[in-house]
Amino acid sequence: MSFTLKSVTLSDGKVTNVSIENGLITAVGQQVAGEVIDCSGLIGLPGFVDLHTHLRQPGFEQSETVESGSMAAALGGYTAVHPMANTFPVADNAGVVEQVQRLGEEVGLVEVQPIGAVTVGLEGEQLAELGTMNKSKARVRIFSDDGKCVSDPLLMRRALTYVKTFDGVIAQHAQEPRLTQGAQMNEGAVSAELGLAGWPAVAEESIIARDIMLAELTGSRLHVCHVSTAGSVEQIRLGKARGVKVTAEVTPHHLLLTDELARGYDPVFKVNPPLRTAQDVTALREALIDGTIDIIGTDHAPHPEELKKCEWSAAAFGMLGLETAASIAQLVLIDSGKSSWSRLAEVLSIAPARISGLEHQGQPVEIGQVANLTLINPLVSRTIVDGGVSKSNNQPYVGMQLPGQVVHTIFRGTFTVRDTVLARKA
Amino acid sequence: MNLKHLISASDLSRDQAIEILDTAKEMAGVSDREVKKLPTLRGKTVVNLFYEDSTRTRVSFEVAEKRLSADVVNVSAKGSSVSKGESLKDTVQTLAAISADVIVMRHGSSGAAHTLANSDWFSGSVINAGDGTHEHPTQALLDAYTLRDRLFASAAGSDLAGVNVAIVGDIAHSRVARSNLILLKTLGAKVHLIAPATLLPGALAKSAESSYFDFDEAIEDLNLDAVMMLRVQSERMHASFFPTESEYSRLWGLNRERLERMGKDVLVMHPGPMNRGLEIDSYCADSPNSTVLDQVRNGVSARMAVLYHLAGTERNI
Repeated sequence: MSFTLKSVTLSDGKVTNVSIENGLITAVGQQVAGEVIDCSGLIGLPGFVDLHTHLRQPGFEQSETVESGSMAAALGGYTAVHPMANTFPVADNAGVVEQVQRLGEEVGLVEVQPIGAVTVGLEGEQLAELGTMNKSKARVRIFSDDGKCVSDPLLMRRALTYVKTFDGVIAQHAQEPRLTQGAQMNEGAVSAELGLAGWPAVAEESIIARDIMLAELTGSRLHVCHVSTAGSVEQIRLGKARGVKVTAEVTPHHLLLTDELARGYDPVFKVNPPLRTAQDVTALREALIDGTIDIIGTDHAPHPEELKKCEWSAAAFGMLGLETAASIAQLVLIDSGKSSWSRLAEVLSIAPARISGLEHQGQPVEIGQVANLTLINPLVSRTIVDGGVSKSNNQPYVGMQLPGQVVHTIFRGTFTVRDTVLARKA
Repeated sequence: MNLKHLISASDLSRDQAIEILDTAKEMAGVSDREVKKLPTLRGKTVVNLFYEDSTRTRVSFEVAEKRLSADVVNVSAKGSSVSKGESLKDTVQTLAAISADVIVMRHGSSGAAHTLANSDWFSGSVINAGDGTHEHPTQALLDAYTLRDRLFASAAGSDLAGVNVAIVGDIAHSRVARSNLILLKTLGAKVHLIAPATLLPGALAKSAESSYFDFDEAIEDLNLDAVMMLRVQSERMHASFFPTESEYSRLWGLNRERLERMGKDVLVMHPGPMNRGLEIDSYCADSPNSTVLDQVRNGVSARMAVLYHLAGTERNI
């Protein structure tokens, strides 16, 4: 298959043609080859890479599968996702991570790079076989007990040190368990009024501070998942200033939504870490712009209706994110007038690919690269409705007007989304 | 009154709250009659759906409903499908299917009554009989009624302007405190909060007239008309909110000596059930200042008034 994307605007503002043949970018410039596709007005970026996805397979296929999650990812402009390990059985061994990766290859809409558990069964007691998962066909390099915190400081120190063996990274879900027992939402004025048990900011910040010290001690790579508070941003800023190898992630929802939304007791807004205050949102946005926060990770967390259409405390934590992340990134970085498309490409593609060590993702749009590309129309505005391609409906943005639309997604030189329509695998 | 549900004390405007209190006063007259019945809810089915154990609130609602001639069904978590893990949605839809008109719900999860009232599971009226650590609006109404009755002889149309009320104890986990804070303020009272720092959230303290960690300092500063003692649950002690029951009692308990310093006219309120010797001593509980049994009695009148305004059809009292 050979085609040319004509008059694409690249992230640096340059307008050019991009020719693609046999999965590779074969020309960038004036020439055209094969089918010509008019892309004037569209922004061409390296395909997005999500470092934090819940595909729910194996074990929770009523919520999502590798296939339905891959579809949502493609529609969101993603060409790679990293499914988290909290499946059933847990992805704490080579068998499960290889299975998930193989399912991803069979679906073929995005690169599916599994994340392995740090501890057996996410129990926080004994290290999982990290080396074996790394040497498996799934080549796991990121390990996380996401959903739970590796709260034992000794275990965290050992895990950080151990993954140096193969340049791995520990992605921490920072949540001090004792400070968050029974927690339902952000601790603050709203939780006091609603009578819901609070999740204090210090429970996140204290773990981040400790882990940065451990990463400094061990010289290892630490990735902080879903940073949600202004204080956490401060800890990461200090750690980076000291030269610690720490990277940080923020979710789209923490860049947009606040704990005020809990007032209606609608569990679609129940998420972990919880939605915080407007001041936290402002600090997270600034940190994303100035580089303190490295990436946007969706924490796409599908849940079936029975776990969301119920009383708040009985509901599951989590919300969808794959199909809306790019719009929120555009809102925060571009429409705010505060940053650039280069930065958007960095936080949604280049940096997550670098952290994960994905060879063919997050690469510049140039000759010889594997054609993993996303084309966005930044000028349209869409009202988010229920009923995306995810198997679940816990979409917090329903009714909201968000900017931008992914028009085409190209994975390994093939359209997975064309003219906003998902292309099913032949 | 244009009110379908009663979920939060904040659902009530000043005028609506006063109207309910005025109605409650008339309802109190009904309870003194030889035939304690009104036809207001005749032919209506009221379900008391209780997910938590409660004797006094459930009995109070049941008596109120029966005095208004409703058909009353009690569903408790014990011995029903609830204990078999049925969801709130399915339980409520079952009750809707048997044509319940009103659901009075007590639930351990904050916001559960709000969720029910805003769902499409049930089209009737919902009355919150206590949701987790959030609210208990009919308790606040009966407390306001008791205050108005003792201080102003329930003069029709009167509010609680200028009345000083202190709420003492586990503010953080108390639905009684939250609802009273809202309703008493709506009625013009000055609400003061007194609690150990571990049990006094800053956000609630800010919405009060004043707040104190030290009970004795508050007694010194304030000219209180009423002091409302909250029940202390021993599980709070195990979660390190305070070290021991005896220290709690020493620092935040109401005893004879503190009562005497507050003046001979101060009203002593307690939502019950009381832990005698912990948050209140027997002298205070049994003193003429105590309104504990008045509160129980007034609870029936206040709940009759709420049911009358939310679901009543025959309006003759």
